[in-house]
This record gives sequence, C-alpha cells and structure tokens, in this order.
Amino acid sequence: MIKDFLLPDLGEGLTEGDILKWTVSVGDTVAVNDTIAEVETVKAAVELPSPFAGVVTALHAAEGETVPVGKSIISIDVGGAAAGAPAEEEQQLTLVGYGPRDETATPRRRHRPPVVDAAPPATESAAPTEPARPAAHRVLAKPPVRKLAKTLGVDLGSLVATGPNGTVSREDVQQAVQAPGAAPTGRETRIPIKGVRKHTAAAMVASAFTAPHVTEFVTFDITATMELRDRVAARREFRDLKVSPLLFVAKAVLLAARRTPELNSSWDEAAGEIVQKHYVNLGIAAATDRGLVVPNIKDAHELSLLELAHAIADLTETARSGKATPADMSGGTFTVTNIGVFGVDTGTPILNPGEAGILAFGAIRRQPWVVGSGAAERIEPRWVTQLALSFDHRLVDGQQGSQFLADVAAVLRDPGLALL
Amino acid sequence: MTEHVRAVHPEPNMVQLLTPEGQRVEHPDYPLDITDDEIAALYRDLVLVRRIDSEAIALQRQGELGLWASLLGQEAAQIGSGRALKRHDMAFPTYREHGVAWCRDVDALTLLGLYRGTNLGGWDPLANNFNLYTIVIGAQTLHATGYAMGVVRDGAVGTGDPERDTAVLAFFGDGASSQGDVNEAFVWAGAGNLPIVFFCQNNQWAISEPVERQSRVPLFQRAAGFGFPGVRVDGNDVLACLAVTRKHLDNARNAQGPSLIEAFTYRMNPHTTNDDPRRYRALSEAETWKLKDPIERVRAYLTREARVEPEFFAAVEAESLEMAEYVRAGCRAIPDPTPESVFDNVYVDLPDELREQREEFASFVKSVSA
Repeated sequence: MIKDFLLPDLGEGLTEGDILKWTVSVGDTVAVNDTIAEVETVKAAVELPSPFAGVVTALHAAEGETVPVGKSIISIDVGGAAAGAPAEEEQQLTLVGYGPRDETATPRRRHRPPVVDAAPPATESAAPTEPARPAAHRVLAKPPVRKLAKTLGVDLGSLVATGPNGTVSREDVQQAVQAPGAAPTGRETRIPIKGVRKHTAAAMVASAFTAPHVTEFVTFDITATMELRDRVAARREFRDLKVSPLLFVAKAVLLAARRTPELNSSWDEAAGEIVQKHYVNLGIAAATDRGLVVPNIKDAHELSLLELAHAIADLTETARSGKATPADMSGGTFTVTNIGVFGVDTGTPILNPGEAGILAFGAIRRQPWVVGSGAAERIEPRWVTQLALSFDHRLVDGQQGSQFLADVAAVLRDPGLALL
Repeated sequence: MTEHVRAVHPEPNMVQLLTPEGQRVEHPDYPLDITDDEIAALYRDLVLVRRIDSEAIALQRQGELGLWASLLGQEAAQIGSGRALKRHDMAFPTYREHGVAWCRDVDALTLLGLYRGTNLGGWDPLANNFNLYTIVIGAQTLHATGYAMGVVRDGAVGTGDPERDTAVLAFFGDGASSQGDVNEAFVWAGAGNLPIVFFCQNNQWAISEPVERQSRVPLFQRAAGFGFPGVRVDGNDVLACLAVTRKHLDNARNAQGPSLIEAFTYRMNPHTTNDDPRRYRALSEAETWKLKDPIERVRAYLTREARVEPEFFAAVEAESLEMAEYVRAGCRAIPDPTPESVFDNVYVDLPDELREQREEFASFVKSVSA
C-alpha cells in the first residue's frame, strides 16, 4: 500500500515550504522518523522525519522547489495489500504528474508564478558552477527581502550585506539584479565582482593600507609535535576526530597569546584606544567553493585540546558546506592560515581586518636537520616546518611579535613546555 | 554586532554531585542520601522524557502538532526538581516542563493535546498538583506566589507536620528572569516570607538572546537583592538538582521563606519547532555541552560505580521504544474537539442564556454540515 506524506504546516500558519535537499531517493527503505528531506520555511530550515516505514516510490518535488502546504511530497510503499507489481507503474505515473493528491489539495494561497525557474540568465554558463542552492537561510535578511530575492531569482548567500546588523537589505538585492552577469567574450571571461570575492577584496585592501604589516619567519624541527599528535590521535576520546598538526599550532597560539596579549588586541581609531581582548576568538582561514572565509572559534582560550579539536572540525565543516553564519565570521581576534595544506612553505599573510596578528603555517617536510652537539652533532632527517607571523606594527613592536612567534615555535618544538 | 564573552562556563562554586564523567562528589551543604536503585529510577525517568520529547518533535514535523517546545538538555534539571516535590506540594510550570509533568504523573498525550490544539490546557491542576502550562513568559511565578500566600493563610507552613507543611515550586527560564512579573513575584515572596522555591532553568538562550546580555551578575545572585538565598546548581546533574531542590523545598515548608535555584544548563534544541538556532548561535557551543549530557553521566555512574547490569539498560531502552509507539499512535488518535466544546469549562454551572446559545449553535452546525 502506498502512502503519501503531505507537506505539513511546519510553523504556525505557514502556507508553503522549499525543499532544500532530499536525503532519500526512490527505492530507498526508510524507517519511521528517518530524515527524508530538509525543508526551509520563512521561519526555519528543518529536517522532516518520515511518518511511515517502507520503500520510497516517488518524490513529488525537486530540490529548490516551493511546495504548498498540504501537497504530497513523497510516496512510500508501506507494504501489505496492493503492493508489488503496480508499484513501478505508479512510480512512473507520479513522477510525471504531481501525484493523485494534487487535485484535491487546495493551496491556501494563490499559486506563485513560475518566476523562480525562469530567472537565471542564459549567459551564465561561463561562470564556475555554484552549488545548486547555497543555504540562503543562514544569511540574515528580513522576510520581505527574502521574498523579493526569491521573486527576482537572486541568491541571498551571494550578496554582500550592507543593511543594519549585517542583514541583506532590499537595495542589496535590487543592485544584484542590475549587475550584469558573467559573459564570455572570446579570449577573456568577465566575472562580476560580488559575493565572497568582493568581500575578500575589500577586506584585504582595507587591511593592507591601514595596518602597517611586518612579517617574521621561523623555521624549526616539529618532530616532537608530530609524535605527540600520533599519541593523541590514538586516544579513545579523539577517535572520531581528525587530529591534525593545525590543532597543536592553534593550541600553541592560544598559549603564546597569554604571554603576549598585544597580538590579541585591536586598534580603535575612532576611540583613540587600543582594545586588549581577554578572550581569543581564533579564526581559521578556510578555502571553500565560495572563496576564502575565516570563521572563528569563540572563546578558544577556554577550550581543552579535545574541545578545540571538536571546534576546529565543526568550523571547517560548517565553512566548507557554506553554512558559516555572519556571526561565525565576525568578532575574530587572531587568525591562523594553514597554507601548508597547499604544499607551500611560507608566505606573508595579510591581517584579517581588526586583528593584530595572523600566523601562516607552512608545509611539514622531511628535511636534513642538525641535531646533538659537540661530538654527538650529526645530521638527521626530521619533520621541519615554517611559521610566518604578520602583525600590525601600530599595536605590536618587533620585540613582542618576535616573542610571540618564538613562543609558538618553542611549544611546537618541545610540547612539554606547555606545562610551564 | 557587539562582541561579548559567552558566559557558558559556570562559577566554580556551582553545586555538583555527579560529574560529567559520572563520578560521585560530595557537597558540604547538600548531602544526598540515595541508593543506586533510586539513581537507576532517575535514569529511567531521564530516558523516557527524552524519548517523549524527541517523538513530539517528529510528530510536529509530520504535521501532527502545531508546535513543540523541546526540553532536550534540560532533563536533569526537570527530573531532579520534579522528584524533589512531595505529593501535596504545588508546581507551576512554563510550557517546557515535560519532565516535571512526567514526575507529576501527567500523561504525555495530555501534554500533546495542548500542542495539537485539541485541548486548552487539558488537565485539572489540582488532580496532580501541577498547574497548567503557562505560555505568557514569567506569569506563572505570580500565580505561584499567590498560591504560596494561600498556603500561609491555610496555616500549612512550619507546623512540623510533614503531611501538612506545603511548598510551592515555580519554574521559569533565564529570559523570564528579566520580566517584571518575575521580579514582582520575588518582591512579594521576600516580603511575605512565602513558602516558595523559584526554580530558574538557565538554558543560556532566551530564544536568540544570550543570557549575559540580560544580566550583569549570575542570575542566582539576584536573589540577594530581594532578601532570600540564591544558589547555582549544575542543571545537567540530576542528583545535584534533586538534593538542592529538596533542601530548599524543606526550608520553605519549615517557614524559612523563599529561595532561588539557578539550574545552569543548556537548551540543546531550537527554542521551539518554529525556531532555527543556526541563525544566531555557533554549533560548537552545543558540541561543548554535549560533553555534559545529563543522561550519559548517570549511565556512566550506573555502569562503572554501581555495576548495573546491561539488562537494565536494555529494559529501559525497550520501555522507551514502547513509549515512542504510545506517543506516536496516541497522538494521532486524539479526537478532535466538538464545536460545542467551546461552551465547556467556562462556568461550573452553565447559565441558561449560554445553554440556549449552545443549543442554537449545535443546531446551526448540524444544519451546515448536513
């Protein structure tokens, strides 16, 4: 027997919802309360649990489609009578049409015209394909603005928010419509500067031309940390976590910031004050499909190594999946950028605006290294890496910057020093 | 966006009797004499109310409930305080006290009826000495204070007769603590030395507003300004919640006046099913609190210290599956109210005029549905 699940009113008095994502496909077996889809309403994005146990025979809406409340979204064969042979036929039938329930389900409001599907301009083909539907609900915007964006076919997530409290304003949406789409012109491709790219550019220019940058480097033997990492990774409580060298670099930064708080401060030009933070919101630069984003771990200074590992895992996952909220990315006090993952040794990072320091962590390589002293002096293959620290010279003198960098390197060279 | 340090780390003097790792610890002011069997019973309570809660959320997502306010993460605060009540004490809940309702023997389906829109409260407050859920934020603290005034006037305080002396337990949240109603209740309770315990579940978030934006001091310290003691307890520690609430309810029954308990806990789920916390708080925060789960620590204690057999946990799990089925099937079977029922439960004795209106209305409904 086939049962249909009608889209319920997920809030109080809502008339429709968007299918963000299906988590089941036709042919899948589901149990009661298994998640079948993620649905977004004007109030929240929520996971829908299946009310039936059985086999999925049809999905009646595409991802991204707006569905009126009361319309069937999925058919599930719960077994028993009338199951079996006709299932496939029925599946075909409902995939083409809108299922048997469609005619009787009365939407509480007029059908929206199919503007959404028609909106994307045909010239967009040259732009890199974006994820089908970046999670727009993580962007802050008032409901009327969301509606406008939807009507105009504008992805809220791609806009730079200029409204109050980091919200996307009506003007932001309208401007996005007026901007020309990316158009290939033979030997060149012109891509509109928008979204994360535009934001990154503005931030980098603002930072590079307001804060006088100084960059210092240190090369050292990180073998002891690599060995520690292996021991930590083998522990039970870390078994589901990725224990990367970055975790230890982050921990070393937090320790060093205690001794040299100047690196964890900011320059308040308007107030004529230096703001020394008694907390560390540790930013981790992450490369994502949408560009470079720097979400930060709030109150990282209070976290144990295990909590920090969880936080880094969450943060990178959130960023990679395009789900980092403005709140995740604001309020950072110090940043670590792990350029080593790209196989490079070092660089001169530019400060995240408003922060006093940024640490670039280079690749870790097997290299010949002088160990021992006197008669025991010899060359051994060791794990060697480089750190580069850029700091705002308005806030931080060479002495403090050097101290900080040396402290970070010292802890990574000999993690036992963290006990001091 | 203004920056602030998140006050998710409690004071060192917070009362805790069971650590997140499941170790029993003692507190000089709050000794707890409890057997392992009693702790196992609390474990069962915690598991079953969590199950009721998760099923209710699923039912809301399936269109069976209009709304649900989840208690996930706050089970220990509710079971601990709920089990500290005596039968003749009176409790005044918010709309999230499903765990306390459980302790007061209010059936889960009765709670669901309110959120399904098939009843307007649904139970007799005096049948289980558990007031109706109050949706208006903080209003129930005044109702509770009024009830406590009545207890004093009945002479049911400080008589030394444990069957007679009565305490009142008023629930509210960190957000409600900023409401005028709650502060008025504090004033009256302090001035009248009333037999009431104010039990604040500080779950850190008043919908999207973090608690540190509402108060310059830890919430339990506010009691000092009203002239009665305040204490902060680990709200994820069922034993500490039980011991602290038990002691302060005793004080109230013994005419030693009101007190404030701040149960320091965390709302793991959205404020209600209509809310999306990913818009305003970091996921990492919930991850940190997962390590302090109220159920895991009891299970750890029972397994390691009390050497409870695996069969016990399997039995509780089986019972929780039965509970899930009971809630799922029972919710769908709740009958819709009849149109005439709007006339019920307003007057004890229906006046003639209303009786006529009800009959007219009934015949009208019949004429249009025919």
